[in-house]
Amino acid sequence: MRYIMRRLGFYLAALAVAIAINFFLPRLLPGDPATIILGTSSGRLGPEELQRVREALGLSDAPLIQQFGIYLSRLFQGDFGTSYTYFPAPVTKVISTGLVWTFLLGAVSLIFSFVMGNLIGIIGSWRRGGVIDSIVPPLLILIGSFPAFFLALGLLYAFGLKLDLLPIAHAYNNRLEQGFNLPFILSVLEHMVLPATTAVLLSIGGWALGMRNVMVSVLADDYVTMAEAKGLKQIRIMFKYAARNALLPGVTGFGIALGAILSGQILIETVFSYPGLGYMLIYAVNGRDYPLMQGLFMMITVGILVANFLVDILYTRLDPRVRAG
Amino acid sequence: MDTVEKKLPVGSDPKRKRGARINIPRTSALYTLLGSPKARVGFVIVMLFVLAAIFAPLVAPGDPKEFVGATNQPPSAQNIMGTNPQGKDVFRQLVWGGRLSLLIGFGSGALMVLIATIVGMISGYKRGIVDDILNFIMNLFLVIPGLPLLVLLSAYLKPGTATVIFSLAFTGWAYNARIIRAQTMSLREKDFVAAAVVSGEPVLKIIFVHILPNMVNIIVGGFIGAVIYGIMASTGLAFLGLASTQDVTWGTNLFWAQNGGALMIGAWWAFVPSGLAVALVAFGLALINYGMDEITNPRLIAERDVKSVLRKAKLPRMRATPVVPHEH
Amino acid sequence: MSIETSEFVNPRRTADGKEPLLDINTLYVEYLTRRGPAKAVNNVSFSIQPGEVFGLAGESGCGKSTIAHTILRVLKPPAVITGGQILFDGEDVLKMNDRQLEDFRWRKVSMVFQSAMNSLNPVITVGEQVTDVILRHNKVSKKDAYDRAAELLKIVGIEPERLKSFPHQMSGGMRQRVVIAIALALNPAMMIMDEPTTALDVVVQKDILQQIQQLKETMGFSILFITHDVSLMVEFSDYMAIMYAGEIVEKAASKEIFTNPIHPYTQGLLSSFPSLTGKKRKLTGIPGSPPDLVNPPTGCKFHPRCTRCTHKETEVAPQLTEVLPGHWVAVHAGMPLPTGNDRIGQSSVAKR
Repeated sequence: MRYIMRRLGFYLAALAVAIAINFFLPRLLPGDPATIILGTSSGRLGPEELQRVREALGLSDAPLIQQFGIYLSRLFQGDFGTSYTYFPAPVTKVISTGLVWTFLLGAVSLIFSFVMGNLIGIIGSWRRGGVIDSIVPPLLILIGSFPAFFLALGLLYAFGLKLDLLPIAHAYNNRLEQGFNLPFILSVLEHMVLPATTAVLLSIGGWALGMRNVMVSVLADDYVTMAEAKGLKQIRIMFKYAARNALLPGVTGFGIALGAILSGQILIETVFSYPGLGYMLIYAVNGRDYPLMQGLFMMITVGILVANFLVDILYTRLDPRVRAG
Repeated sequence: MDTVEKKLPVGSDPKRKRGARINIPRTSALYTLLGSPKARVGFVIVMLFVLAAIFAPLVAPGDPKEFVGATNQPPSAQNIMGTNPQGKDVFRQLVWGGRLSLLIGFGSGALMVLIATIVGMISGYKRGIVDDILNFIMNLFLVIPGLPLLVLLSAYLKPGTATVIFSLAFTGWAYNARIIRAQTMSLREKDFVAAAVVSGEPVLKIIFVHILPNMVNIIVGGFIGAVIYGIMASTGLAFLGLASTQDVTWGTNLFWAQNGGALMIGAWWAFVPSGLAVALVAFGLALINYGMDEITNPRLIAERDVKSVLRKAKLPRMRATPVVPHEH
Repeated sequence: MSIETSEFVNPRRTADGKEPLLDINTLYVEYLTRRGPAKAVNNVSFSIQPGEVFGLAGESGCGKSTIAHTILRVLKPPAVITGGQILFDGEDVLKMNDRQLEDFRWRKVSMVFQSAMNSLNPVITVGEQVTDVILRHNKVSKKDAYDRAAELLKIVGIEPERLKSFPHQMSGGMRQRVVIAIALALNPAMMIMDEPTTALDVVVQKDILQQIQQLKETMGFSILFITHDVSLMVEFSDYMAIMYAGEIVEKAASKEIFTNPIHPYTQGLLSSFPSLTGKKRKLTGIPGSPPDLVNPPTGCKFHPRCTRCTHKETEVAPQLTEVLPGHWVAVHAGMPLPTGNDRIGQSSVAKR
């Protein structure tokens, strides 16, 4: 319990820092932020427009503390301003649609790559020197070495364009009616195949290698020796004794891995025009849609922090030694 | 597995010529880095690209940004790898692009590891309040997602090589810092360090003479990992159009290719080279790390030795302790 | 149900007294190192009778723990067994394949590992670790297995509720007892105990040893008891072997070793430990340190540290010789014994 409390405290502190970064970043630029931000187009806008942009960004001539106060109050009311590129939709509405898709794609890819990757790592470490251990991990590292977007484009080209097997953009066919009907669901699944496959291919090597490395050291532990001395079946030793313990360091690293996975997903979404948070972020940056950008950054950060926190809770379920304290 | 026929040490039985062939470290540092065949392959791959980049004027003479002819031409005698949607020579772009890409990668990697080592060692050695604060900062940077932060930074800062290196180091130092901190903490507890502390050796000497040399492996491994991250992340940023698009890097090559719709037209040659280059360099570096680990991990060494003995005796592999009868 | 008559009784538990239960012949075990193979066990032979407590003593690194692990063939790389036989009930363990070993392990011979803290899986309950070995080797229901587990815990003095505990929730002494309970689970003919009490404090040590003694009386298994604490072993075992640098230098009945140690190493070992009773005497250690097993000294491996070394020992390794009935020492034939005036005659190096 105390462990969870400490972690929660940490995440709240991290959140505070993220909020502060979000606030200070636009204000760190020398000169008038609005002019600089709008770049060349600022010349064409009149002073009232510039003023409105400043207000939309939360910038004003008021003292910094006051600005921060306004910023915070807006934040807690869930007011992130209005998006430029999706005008006049408020940022929060835009984000919420993106959240669903990112979460869907992310969760599916994660589950597949985590399970398959760890299994490969476990089996490979058990039969050391066998085919699975010698060839597969380097192969997976090779595949994972490709830049996310490169792999994405490769798959898109091969399966989408050339072979015309799978759709190459968006999350579903917009001619279909949204909702829990079969055609829609199938369409969603169909659109998910390529992006998810890319994501899985990228990260599976990491899981496999990580698990294999931990297994190598766990397999040398005394309780594994005793399990072997007991004459237990190999499968039981491999999973109940070795892998079960090897998972623990993996889970600890899971939180950090999430950040990397998210980065990959941003690129994949962009390539496939998959309307998730990552795609929106890039879209926003390129369209200089600052309110949306800030909002997305906050949303992504909060998402990662929440996910990390959930992983910590999961960890306490897995390791009985932490549960007690 | 590489084997070296050893000179029998003085005093041992010259008639004894059975059992496993043993590997002998020649020079420890170099052997650790390149002893494993995997590491050697990786090293060769990386060196190939590094040399190509250094000798770019010889390998691919001409200006990579020069407009050489029709757009989207497939590979031909004139342009070995064809032209991209902007009419530039793809081969030149590939070779010259390596310069900045590798520079950014190695530069940011070095900076990341430098920061990580300093912060990690101070935090691990000092403990107390200093450690608490630094540790918190470390975890903070670990948890806040990298690419989004990079994207945000790129949106606000002036694009340029220095900016990219700085941003990458800013977002990526924490990973290695944590590892170095843990290692420093455990080394600090060791007897020889305690002895040094008690005998009043100055802190700096303890750090540089006692602790640091024992961390060389993880620092080198961390450096290689950081370079991989640097190259991948900078390429990603460039592809998204967030880096200086006027520079020639592998990432910007891909950006321009995508921008010009190369894939849609089917001009894959504008695309594949730079992406492949990034993948191969990253893979080569990863192999070096993988190989280094194989050499230094005592369990892996032990298993390899037993395996080679079994293979020579033509016995099947089993999980139980093997029996290989010898003459006695 | 009482334990002796349960269906878990081992078929050939009580032998006729003539056939040794465990018979180790000329065992050789090497560790492959970068500098060359280290001879961890070099031509070791001994046997254990049913119901006997056999002690194996020596410094750290002398090979006793290696032998223990070799009997069950759970030694990890870079270890390789390079010669000899380990006959248990007539079967050679060294010729078994993985399947045969899985059946052999724990049923015939079980082991109490050093440091129970590390021998127990930290993420599953104690109960699961007791029952899994029962279920593996017997076709019984889970409930029966758990009942049996509860019994076993009771035998070693732990409440059955502890079946639901995790290892880290128990004290060191308790954990050691759990490991002993697991070792008893299948009523093995022999238990190997590798430094079972080293990690515990003295009071608990005595307690556990007494418990083991009682169990041995009731259930009748043999024990191969391994320790570096010779004085402890002298009390506890019937017969002892002293090991040095991978070889046996002396073996005899425990009382005999205690009253009449012949090999200089044994003498040194015994005089290193204080005894609570008896005359106060000067504690002497043994100067020097154990030899390098990759390049051991020529001849008698102990000779660099031995006060009674003559030229012969530096060149030719002495063989185990029966100098007195049942008392074997690694000496050269014709050497005078330190105690008494008997000279050793020529005897063959047969094992006990």
